[in-house]
Amino acid sequence: MTAAMKLDSSLIEQARARRLPVDLTDAQVQQFGAEIEAVRKRIMDSLGENDARYIRRMIKVQRALEVGGRGLLFAGILPPAWLAGTAMLGVAKILENMEIGHNVIHGQWDWMRDPEIHSSKWEWDNVCPSDQWQHSHNYMHHKWTNVVGMDRDVGYGILRMSEKQPWHPAYLAQPVTNALLATFFQWGVALHDVEFERVRKGEKSFKEAWGQLKHIGKKVRKQVVKDYVVFPLLAGPFFLPVLTGNITANLIRNLWAYMIIFCGHFPDGVEDFLPEDIENEDKAHWYLRQLLGSANISGGKLMHIMSGNLSHQMEHHLFPDMPSNRYAEASVEVQAICKKYGLPYNSKPLHRQFGSVLGKVMRLSLPNRKPRAELATA
Amino acid sequence: MCTHVNFHGDQTMISALRPLTRIGHWLATPLVPEAYLELIDPLLGAGLRGRVERVVQESPGAVSLQIRPNGKWQGAIAGQYVRLGVDIDGVRHWRCYSVSSGDAGRDDTFAVTVRAIQGGHVSTWLNRHARAGMTLMLDQASGDFVLPQGELPKLLFLTAGSGITPAMGMMRSLMSSDRQADLVHLHYSIDAENNLFAAERHGMSLAQGWTTHDLLTGTAGNNQFTAKQLDALCPDWRDRLAYVCGPGPMMEAVAGHWQQAGLAEQLKRENFRPALKAVAAGAGGEVRFWNSERVAEGAGDKPLLEVAEQAGLMPKHGCRMGICQGCLVTLKEGQVRDLTSGEVFGESGDMVRICVCAAAGNVTLEL
Repeated sequence: MTAAMKLDSSLIEQARARRLPVDLTDAQVQQFGAEIEAVRKRIMDSLGENDARYIRRMIKVQRALEVGGRGLLFAGILPPAWLAGTAMLGVAKILENMEIGHNVIHGQWDWMRDPEIHSSKWEWDNVCPSDQWQHSHNYMHHKWTNVVGMDRDVGYGILRMSEKQPWHPAYLAQPVTNALLATFFQWGVALHDVEFERVRKGEKSFKEAWGQLKHIGKKVRKQVVKDYVVFPLLAGPFFLPVLTGNITANLIRNLWAYMIIFCGHFPDGVEDFLPEDIENEDKAHWYLRQLLGSANISGGKLMHIMSGNLSHQMEHHLFPDMPSNRYAEASVEVQAICKKYGLPYNSKPLHRQFGSVLGKVMRLSLPNRKPRAELATA
Repeated sequence: MCTHVNFHGDQTMISALRPLTRIGHWLATPLVPEAYLELIDPLLGAGLRGRVERVVQESPGAVSLQIRPNGKWQGAIAGQYVRLGVDIDGVRHWRCYSVSSGDAGRDDTFAVTVRAIQGGHVSTWLNRHARAGMTLMLDQASGDFVLPQGELPKLLFLTAGSGITPAMGMMRSLMSSDRQADLVHLHYSIDAENNLFAAERHGMSLAQGWTTHDLLTGTAGNNQFTAKQLDALCPDWRDRLAYVCGPGPMMEAVAGHWQQAGLAEQLKRENFRPALKAVAAGAGGEVRFWNSERVAEGAGDKPLLEVAEQAGLMPKHGCRMGICQGCLVTLKEGQVRDLTSGEVFGESGDMVRICVCAAAGNVTLEL
């Protein structure tokens, strides 16, 4: 009896290890998990003064850039001032959303116990309310990363980004849908958590969705009034340059954020999963799935800061609450661990990762070449 | 709380500024205007904060910080305490310190005196690293360890060690006002070197006709209060309004004595170091849910989220694995154990991930 049970459970474990596309025994996966956990512990234990100084300085630089950019736009009737002001405001918005906002909302800086830099209080410069983002992103996306049907970031409910998603003729328009999503990215993000497709299917009540929409509406009003009414009005006769500058800055932020985020999970070589792949998943397998389901962007320090360190998407998915300034350091160790276990470490320059994302958008707008009916989730 | 503050009634100016503040909020959203003003001067930032203007070494192990609060300060009455938020190694710690400088109005600076306690993270840090120019977070002054209003009854101060600070505040307040007081002061300290404010106190005593006894206790510690000595040094102690502030055992000895004499309501006490009860490794405790007024038993290895759910609460949460911050709850009292790291931590006001934290001793949560 005991022996039989033992055999059973070891078979189950082997099967579980095999479900992820790696050539590791369960014991090896556990060991891998322990080593990843050790990286996390070492870095989290060493947080201190320098890290606090980093985020405070980042916030200062970002706010100064924003003030400077908006100030220059008031002289935006002069083309160089318009260009410089718009660029500064665009960069400020990118830093605020990515290196600061996204990471603060993840709780990366909660350890400082500063209520002004805390996940429970931060509201970012984006039409998507922070608390809603915390649900759709921190929970739905980070826990169920790349599990088709559970992680709603796989295609955001409007794109087909995995061969495991069943094809539909509407996906033929995917290249256009994709361009629209990139252009209006912050709006897409804001509406993402409303889950219209679930409302349509009757899985979610209209009332709940309406409540969310009202909540978004409040935030939208503030954001729109600031960028498109109050600041332009303050400029008086220079209403138009300020308005167009603000529109452009938001657009720059949208395109850039879209590009970085799509490079995190959709380039070639990134795995996606089915709900049955993650049954009884333990922490070590969770780590493994995070690693296999993410991709990095290689580059210099500027690339890392401007991407909110999502250029270290793999490290971010392993350690979502680790301060972003430490991902570079973690990546050296994670890479070594991957090498040791023969695991892929998907890190390429931006143009290559994004090129392969665009390729996938085109390719998957058509049905799979070989029908893979057994993989369809419907 | 603070009732006497010098309120400048610039109501007209404030209402004139209101539309401007409104526009400021529209411009700064989703932040507040202070977030940008802070770039010019940290004191202009959101919330109550202050700048250390001067650091005075009072004894080898004690410093006074002269603090200039920002415009949100509402003043302090002598004897009250102020909570200071100090960032150490990037982490904010809050501690209460008595105002030692006397009354402070809205536009005044005030001082706290911090003695380095053995093992006291914040007090030792402030003694070593506090510098003029440094910004501290503040809370409004509070506490009722203050002198009564109107004509003063006869007073007795019993203080030990750094427990001198609120009494010092009250004495300085008496000194700078023209309120007459009949005051006897018994102060215990280890040795002359640690006898805080000795010269100034004796000077005031002389000027005001108070009686001051400095009692040096040697290395045995400050807990040297005896009924006999009290009778000898202040025979009419029963007729006085007494204030006691010092280490726990000394406070208890004094409180016990007054209790026995049936004079408990004539004794005012200031506790300034709530002792954290040591908890056996892995032990849980009683979990109090403050808002819902429920109590449950929390095992040392059971996430507080589960404890709350079993107690019939439905706290909001997300991943249940410590990554999404969707379940953060404010800790009111006690400490918790992070089940992912084993670390025991917690100070009042901490935000805790209840899906991965268990009770470490008795805890109170804002749930």
